[in-house]
Order: sequence, then C-alpha cells, then structure tokens
Amino acid sequence: MRIPKTALIGVPILLLVPLAVRFAFPAAEKYYLHLLIQILIWSFIYTGWSLMGRFGLTSLGHGAFTGIGAYVMVLLWNYAGITPWIGIPVAIVVSIIVALLVGYPCFRLRIVGHYFALLTLALTEFVRLCIVGLRDYTGGSLGTQPRRFGDGVSLYALQFEPDRVLSYYVALALWALGLYVWWRIDRSMDRYALDAASQDEDAAASVGIDVTREKLKITAISAAMCALGGAIYAQYQMYIGPDTIAGLSVSLNIVFAVIAGGMWVMLGPTVGAVFTQVLSEVLRVTIQNSAALQKVFGSAVLALDTMIYGLLLILFIIYMPKGILGTLLERREKKQETPLVPAKAGTRS
Amino acid sequence: MFTDLILRSPPQAGVSKDGRERNASMDCQLDIFFLEAVLNGLLLAGLLALLALGLNLIFGVIDVVWICYAELVMVGMYGIYYAHKGGAPFILAAVIGIVLVAAAGIVLHQLVIRPVLDSAPINQLLVTGGVLFFLQAAATMAFGIDFRNVGIRLGSFNAFDMSFSYSRIITFGVALAAMLLLWLFLSRSYIGIAIRAIAQDRQIMPLMGVDQRRIYMITSAIGGGLAGLAASLMVLQFDIYPQIGLQFGPLIFMICVLGGLGNMLGGFIAAFIISEFIAVGGSCFATEWGYAIAFLFFMVVIFIRPQGLFGGKS
Repeated sequence: MRIPKTALIGVPILLLVPLAVRFAFPAAEKYYLHLLIQILIWSFIYTGWSLMGRFGLTSLGHGAFTGIGAYVMVLLWNYAGITPWIGIPVAIVVSIIVALLVGYPCFRLRIVGHYFALLTLALTEFVRLCIVGLRDYTGGSLGTQPRRFGDGVSLYALQFEPDRVLSYYVALALWALGLYVWWRIDRSMDRYALDAASQDEDAAASVGIDVTREKLKITAISAAMCALGGAIYAQYQMYIGPDTIAGLSVSLNIVFAVIAGGMWVMLGPTVGAVFTQVLSEVLRVTIQNSAALQKVFGSAVLALDTMIYGLLLILFIIYMPKGILGTLLERREKKQETPLVPAKAGTRS
Repeated sequence: MFTDLILRSPPQAGVSKDGRERNASMDCQLDIFFLEAVLNGLLLAGLLALLALGLNLIFGVIDVVWICYAELVMVGMYGIYYAHKGGAPFILAAVIGIVLVAAAGIVLHQLVIRPVLDSAPINQLLVTGGVLFFLQAAATMAFGIDFRNVGIRLGSFNAFDMSFSYSRIITFGVALAAMLLLWLFLSRSYIGIAIRAIAQDRQIMPLMGVDQRRIYMITSAIGGGLAGLAASLMVLQFDIYPQIGLQFGPLIFMICVLGGLGNMLGGFIAAFIISEFIAVGGSCFATEWGYAIAFLFFMVVIFIRPQGLFGGKS
C-alpha cells in the first residue's frame, strides 16, 4: 500500500499538536484543545453521515443515532454498572437495529428524497421524545451525566475527560477511524453500486445490484459511526441532554456542516466541522469582547452565530453546493486541465 | 452550536394543554376526561389542518417543502403581537400579520427558492432549513427569549363537566372556513385553476400561456398568508417565543406526509388522526408520549403506504 504524501506529513503534525498548543498558548491550553477535540469528534460523526449523504440518502435522522449511542451507553453504566467497553458495542448494535428497522421498509418501498428526509426527521423526533418521556431514568430535558468512576481518568470506565491531552488523542483516533472507513468504502465495489443506485435505481437493479442490500449496508455503517461518535462525545463532555446529542437540531447541524464542507470528498466533513466550530467560536469571542453588541442585543446576542450560520448555509446551497473543500478541489483540477496556464501551487485546502 | 439556543426553550411549552398540568401517572379512564380529550383533539386538529394546508399547497404547486414553515408562523405571531401592542385592534393586527407573512412568503420564494428551483429536491429542502435557523436566530436577537402573550383571554365554554376554551373553538371555525375558501378559490377562480394546472403539469402549462413565475409567486403569497392566518389564531392560545416553531414544525411535516404530500384533503384528514393521537395519548400518559405515539404511528403507516394514507401512486 502506498502511503500518500499528505498522510506522511499530516500524521506527525497531528500527533504533535498538543505539544505545539502547550508552547503557543500556555495560558489557554485547555481551551484550544477543547476546540480541537470538538472538531475531531464532530468530524467523525459528520463523516459517518456523509457516507449516506453522498449517495443521495439525505437523512435527518442521525440525531437519533447519536442520541441512542450516548444514552444507551450512559444508562447502562449508570443503572447497571456495565462498563462502556460493553456499553458502546451494545449502543452501536441498538442503533444499527433501529437503522435497519427504519431503513429496510424505506429502501424496499423506495422512499427517497423528501419522503426519506421527512421520515427520518420523524425518527429523530421520536427518539428525542422517548428520551424526554423516560425522564425518571434519562433526566428528561435537563439531561444527565455519566457517573464518575474514581478520580476521573479510568480505563475501565473509559473516562478520559479531565486529561485534555489524552482526550485529544482519543478524539484523533476516532477521527482517523472515520477517515479509514470512508476511504475503504470509497474504494469498494459497494461505492460504485451505490453511486449507480443513486443515479438510477432501476438501471442499477437491472445490472444485478441488490439496491436494498447495498443501501442497508451503508445505513448500518453510518448509524454505527454516529452511535460511536455520540457515545464518545458523551464520555468527553460528561453530560448528555436530549437537545445536545439527540434531536432535530443535532440532525440539521450534521447535515449543514457536511454541506458546508463538501460531502463528496474525504476531508469535506472535517472541513465542515472546522468551519462551523471556528465560526461559532470566533463569533462567541467577538461578542464577549464587544460591549457595544451586548448593550444593543443583551443576552440574545448569542443567537448571532446561528443567524450568520443560517445565512451562510442558504448561500452555500445556492452558490456552492459542493461545499468549501469540494469547490476548492474542483477548481484546482480545472486549473490542471488547462495546460496553457502554468499550474500554480496556490489553491490549498 | 444550536444547543445553547434550544436548551433555553422550556420543556413541554408550546402546544400543550392550556395551563392545566397533566399527571404523568394518571391512568387512562374511559370517562368524561377521555371524551374531553377526544373533543379537544378535534379542536386542535382544525389548527393543524390549517397549518398543513399551506405547506401542502406550496408543495403541490412548486414542489418544494418549506422546512421553515413553522418559523414563518412564528414571524407572523410576533408581527401580530407588536401590531396589537402598538394599538391596533386585534382584527387589524391579524390582517397585518397575514399580509406580513404573505410578503415574507414572496420574499422567501424570490430570494431563496427561485435560485434552487432546478437543483436536487433535497437541496431545496435544506436551503429552507437554513432559513429556519436564520429566522429563529433573528427573532431571538430582535425580540429576546422572553415569552410574550397578546393578553387576550376569551374564557372557556363549559358543558357536562367539560371545558373548551373559546379560542380553540374559534380557531377550529376559522380554520374550516379558510379551507373552504381556499377550495372555492382553487376550483372557481381563473388563477386558482391555473395554479392547479401548473401543479399537474409543469412542462406543458407554460406553453399554454400560464406564467409560471407569476403563479409561483401567487402560490407563495397564499401559502404565507395561510401561515399568517394560523399565526393570528395561535396567538390566542399560545405564548410567543423564538423557538415555538420547533414545537409544532415536525408535526406539520408529518401530517403532510401522512396525508400524501401535496394532497390537501389528505392532509386535512391526517391532521385529525394525528391530533387525536396527541390529545388522547397525552391525556392517558404524559404529553410527550402522545407525540411519541403519533410519530411512531406515522412511521408505521409510511412503511405500509409510502405515498401517504391518501396519496395517489406517483
């Protein structure tokens, strides 16, 4: 296997990031690591979603899978004392079962497009309502916390949160796993089958592709990734709430971040995560430091980032449907295609 | 990023029993409470049917789902609140609200929907999702996160130990009247017939001299106007806050899909089915279980009849 050059440079850089952060921002080390961890964990979830999204299966139901992942694991740990090492696989299995239960009829009956999106939206709401409804166990809309084990860092309880550097490496490993899955699928026969099915289902079926099976396969993988991401996110935050890890806002957040980054390229979801997280952080810091803005809008100024985000999404979908990275890569390719213009090393993503 | 916004929304606010707390452990009894729940569900259905009507019209004609429909209603509610607070009598305030949201519908169509009319359906759906967040956040910034109320109390109607608020009864009546009017408009007027013709065949009708752009604009205005009308009825029953759309938005989509997207009569009947699930389920168990059962029912029905209960084969 040939290792690409970007990986040769990129992997050591990513591994050394905590060191760099420690030297560059000794005062705010935890904050910057927190930002990076958020980006990495969400990138993993976004990558999981984009596995389906890139084949035209636009699901608004992935908030349900992250929610199932987080809640099943935490409830097993809090009430049955089952270690997350078992709890996470159980959570993944549960979310795969839910995905298949919803996916099978959908794909069998060819529910696509609007109907698929709205049906999966109902799934998200259903799971969120169940979480709120089971408030005796889940804490309802206030959310709940995984029970601490010992002083915090524990291999048995898979708790790593107080140690930010360790958390960073956990998140990094998770992210790398996501990219690996993406890469494997990108190179598999399934990818071509699904590409064909997303173009024309009848034609794909006529050349011997079992469309339902292929779609179910990718849905199961995608749901499993989201459940794992949700569980790890819960372990990092040490808090889960029906609106932070499940529900419609999470679903839409996932979809929009991936669209912003670009869902047809491997690092697109990651770019989307970087873009959205950095945008909201920059806005938050700007707002905190600007007395004028706070005076005019009061505490409602916190909605500014969502407003700008919504506006950007509209613009992205209208003018840049391939996302930031997708558009940049496309431009670079076009430049290379025209031989008269000397290729520049410019456009870097 | 949206979570901080949403966390502030109070649990179970919005579409709930007006002021009355339901006990989560209350057993389901086949008695006067049950009948009251059934009848209240019927009254809720009028409102939901009206909300679904506008969305169905838009989808049937333009073939676009406005995910932000509930947020347009929210904008209308704020418009009515401020018009009423500014001294306008309620009826005038309601008219202002309807015109405001109709205008918002046109703006939405011209600025957001038109550029994506030719792209993938899912992009059209998602672009209005961007509008959803924009409107919600803009409302939070402009009006704050406080709960507001127009302060009109109409009292309630009591009979046989049951009580129904007048606002719900009025809502039901107005919603029925609006649906009847829309039906007359679509079946009798020239523009109405043109709208239906466009909905049937988008390729041929422009050749027959129907201006597609104009029809789309009129349809968007009517769809917005219906949202405004729903808003004027909702301010009588519910408090206004920026996230109120999330409380009933998913419900409306579910009703539309259940009735067959674009099928107005189907949406009407589906509204009754869903609201009975919510009202009766909510009175037997806790409120959110009523919703959860409704969503579950919805998913099961779609698996049996993917085109919706009353949708034709497409």
